Amino acid sequence: MKARITVTLKSGVLDPQGKAIESALAALGVPGVASLRQGKVFDVEIAAADKDGARASLTTACEKLLANTVIENYAIEL
Amino acid sequence: MKAAVIVFPGSNREGDMARALRQATGAQPAMLWHDDHELPAGVDLVVLPGGFSHGDYLRCGAIAGRAAIMDAVRAHAARGGLVLGVCNGFQILCESGLLPGVLMRNANLRFVCKMQHLRVERNDTAFTSHYAKSQIVEVAIAHGEGNYEDDDEGIARLEGEGLVAFRYCDGSGHIGGAANPNGSRNDIAGIYSARRNVLGLMPHPENLIDPLVGGIDGRALFESLATA
Repeated sequence: MKARITVTLKSGVLDPQGKAIESALAALGVPGVASLRQGKVFDVEIAAADKDGARASLTTACEKLLANTVIENYAIEL
Repeated sequence: MKAAVIVFPGSNREGDMARALRQATGAQPAMLWHDDHELPAGVDLVVLPGGFSHGDYLRCGAIAGRAAIMDAVRAHAARGGLVLGVCNGFQILCESGLLPGVLMRNANLRFVCKMQHLRVERNDTAFTSHYAKSQIVEVAIAHGEGNYEDDDEGIARLEGEGLVAFRYCDGSGHIGGAANPNGSRNDIAGIYSARRNVLGLMPHPENLIDPLVGGIDGRALFESLATA
């Protein structure tokens, strides 16, 4: 089963990398970019009997390692 | 004082750390590998040195913070044992849950490598008894992710309970503005755990123990530990 996990900074957490990319886009003259935040994507192949089982494993993965829940949110797509 | 230094793949300051501990305690610390499961019997102090453990992959200190040896370090801290984390070691302590908060990318996005003044916030701990309260010291910093952040409640708790160990300042002790090298909240350079037996700090006291390199302001931290 294929899954995609997206980890993003919580709102309000300063994202200096996102800010630098945002100003680089402005310097390139890309119109209309009001704001930009950088995150991470993990594509996972997971062996599980069903979606609930896969979701449970991936939630454990996020909570234990993939996200630092002090500053990051995660979303799991199956 | 029996010390152990934990070496992770990508650690690079363990030699400096061992030298500073040897100078202060007169004994060579035990060097442990990250996938060891136990601390040597009778260890008083566990040290996580600086470096780039696991290449800083995922987040600084994230993978090292889940290493096998960290269960033993958590148990040691829970018993009241002393734990010191410097630079990447501080990042590992935050990622392992031994200290609150997180170290984010420096606000100016630059790796900073320079001498830096700090104010010693209190001198009644096992780590700082050989400093004076509010003493201004000069040590080295070298990091790209030293910007300490936590939510408002977390910061208020650190401040309210006196858990800020060191703050960035300039040579005359002035705090804030350009004296803050990385955007750290409240100019925090290092923090204690609630029982003050765990210390994490971004600066490198282990590199300022010999007049040969321009200063010895780091020595008192190790002398404090040697007599703790």
